[in-house]
Amino acid sequence: MTVRLPIVVPFSPSIDEAQAPEVPFSALDTVWFQLTGTLCNIACQHCFISCGPKENRVPMMTEATVRSYLSEAAELGVRDYYFTGGEPLLHPQFWTLAESVLAVGPLTVLSNGILIDGANAERARTLFDAARYSFDLRISLDGMSAEENDPVRGRGTFEAITRGIAELARVGLSPTITVVEHRTGMGSEQSRSQFLQFVVELGLSRPRVKFMPLLRIGREAERTHGYDSALAWYSPGPVEEALAERLLCSSSRLVTEHGVMICPILLDAPGAQLAKTLRQSMTPIALRWDACRTCVVDGLSCRT
Amino acid sequence: MSDINRYAVFGGIYNNYLALTAVLDDAERRGAQETYCLGDLGGFGPHPDRVFSILQERGVMVMQGNYDHSIGNDLEDCGCGYSDPRDNHYAALSYAYTRAKTSARWRPYLRGLPSVLRRRWDQQRVLMAHGSPRKVNEFLWESSSSDRFLSRLLDEHEADILLVTHSGIPWQRQVERNRLVVNVGAIGRPANDGRTEVWYALVTVTGGRARAELIPVAYDHLRLASEMRAEGIPEEFAITIETGWWTTCLEILPAKERARGRY
Ligand code: SF4
Ligand code: SF4
Ligand SMILES: [Fe+2]
Repeated sequence: MTVRLPIVVPFSPSIDEAQAPEVPFSALDTVWFQLTGTLCNIACQHCFISCGPKENRVPMMTEATVRSYLSEAAELGVRDYYFTGGEPLLHPQFWTLAESVLAVGPLTVLSNGILIDGANAERARTLFDAARYSFDLRISLDGMSAEENDPVRGRGTFEAITRGIAELARVGLSPTITVVEHRTGMGSEQSRSQFLQFVVELGLSRPRVKFMPLLRIGREAERTHGYDSALAWYSPGPVEEALAERLLCSSSRLVTEHGVMICPILLDAPGAQLAKTLRQSMTPIALRWDACRTCVVDGLSCRT
Repeated sequence: MSDINRYAVFGGIYNNYLALTAVLDDAERRGAQETYCLGDLGGFGPHPDRVFSILQERGVMVMQGNYDHSIGNDLEDCGCGYSDPRDNHYAALSYAYTRAKTSARWRPYLRGLPSVLRRRWDQQRVLMAHGSPRKVNEFLWESSSSDRFLSRLLDEHEADILLVTHSGIPWQRQVERNRLVVNVGAIGRPANDGRTEVWYALVTVTGGRARAELIPVAYDHLRLASEMRAEGIPEEFAITIETGWWTTCLEILPAKERARGRY
């Protein structure tokens, strides 16, 4: 059976500038690298940026682009860094780039874990030990069984992901496991503690599990449904300080091969492109997209 | 008297009056001329009222932490800044205990503590903050604070020496232009290193240069643990006191600090 993937359409803001809540910019604490663009080794049904093995509409970052943003970020006093994709481990210079970032600050890598074999786990461990700063891994797994995980992430992925996690456990690393609540009830207290127990059984000595609400954009909008634009979740004017602090857009930016964007969620929103440099991108943000509701109302935070 | 100046700086007492006395004795023995507490007098230790008279009698200069702000204003929450449900559960238990057992007469004192302290130590601009200079409950960990980030904080807040606490694990770093950042740790609980001692900082300034020494101090931790049990404080906290390993607040630890602990 061939899976027909929908053509990805860039989405435009759905909320009027004048009506949109505004998030002030506090400081550039975090920089996210869209390291492999939209290239991934799998194609999850709920991927909010519709990544996949042939998906190159957002290109992989060149080593030069990564380095130039890294040095600008360091000059600006950035506190920490994230690699995301797609699957960051598909980048041919992944390990040297990770090492370069770790010379400057802490790094968290978001991965699906499938490419973590014995050799890569050893490399990760070596890097973890050598770096002054924290080198953290985050592996996405969407269920405690193949029956629960594979329908969204693809056949055989449960097996492959848990094997990757076990390799990390074997070298003494404890990645954070992120779980997308793709079915109702997954985020309940009972399911959280079951999941925690489950990752302990996978061998993680310091279990960390992070549940994340669904983003109803990209492929997920096809799997289930998109946002109901008529829902009034917002009001104009600056958001409360506590909320602003929680939102990524007040203190982080996403860098891609093509320039700086507001956040990793809005990768397919041309209106979320800010500038070529980080310095020029440190501006207040009007929350003009339906997806912002997931951050504001459902409490999504992309931080670990 | 020489022109060497010594300052003892500690934070995070968490009601641990036994460690407080031991630290003050140690600082005195080492010739500290002034002593500073960076806040969080309350926490999971027993008998919250006992620390106040010690601090006053021994002339400690005290600033406000998130706990002191919350207890002082009789707030519902300690404002510790945890994000994990389990961490928050334990934080709520110890906060409820301290809130119930702190006499009302100390509330104005806690409310009135300064939220930041600035000093000049031999031309060095010293800034003392609880979590970070920009936020009372921001955690500054060694492995998650880049040099450039610390430099930015020093620039923005016009300081040459920055002293903080709140996170509970001590570390220090020299950053660009000989400036110094020290997290003095906490004296209320051990530093997740399998040792039962607690840590504080002794800052020495001589000839316009500052350096810090992080000092472990032993105290009667077994007595503290048994008093905690007698007060009905959760067992997890007593275990930390007895073993030196954290059993709660684990989710806020960066990967490196987490890997060093037992849990
Ligand atoms: S959700 Fe993650 S692993 Fe799945 S296709 Fe998207 S980027 Fe790849
Ligand atoms: S999606 Fe979230 S992080 Fe991005 S702009 Fe909207 S609220 Fe901010
Ligand atoms: Fe604190």
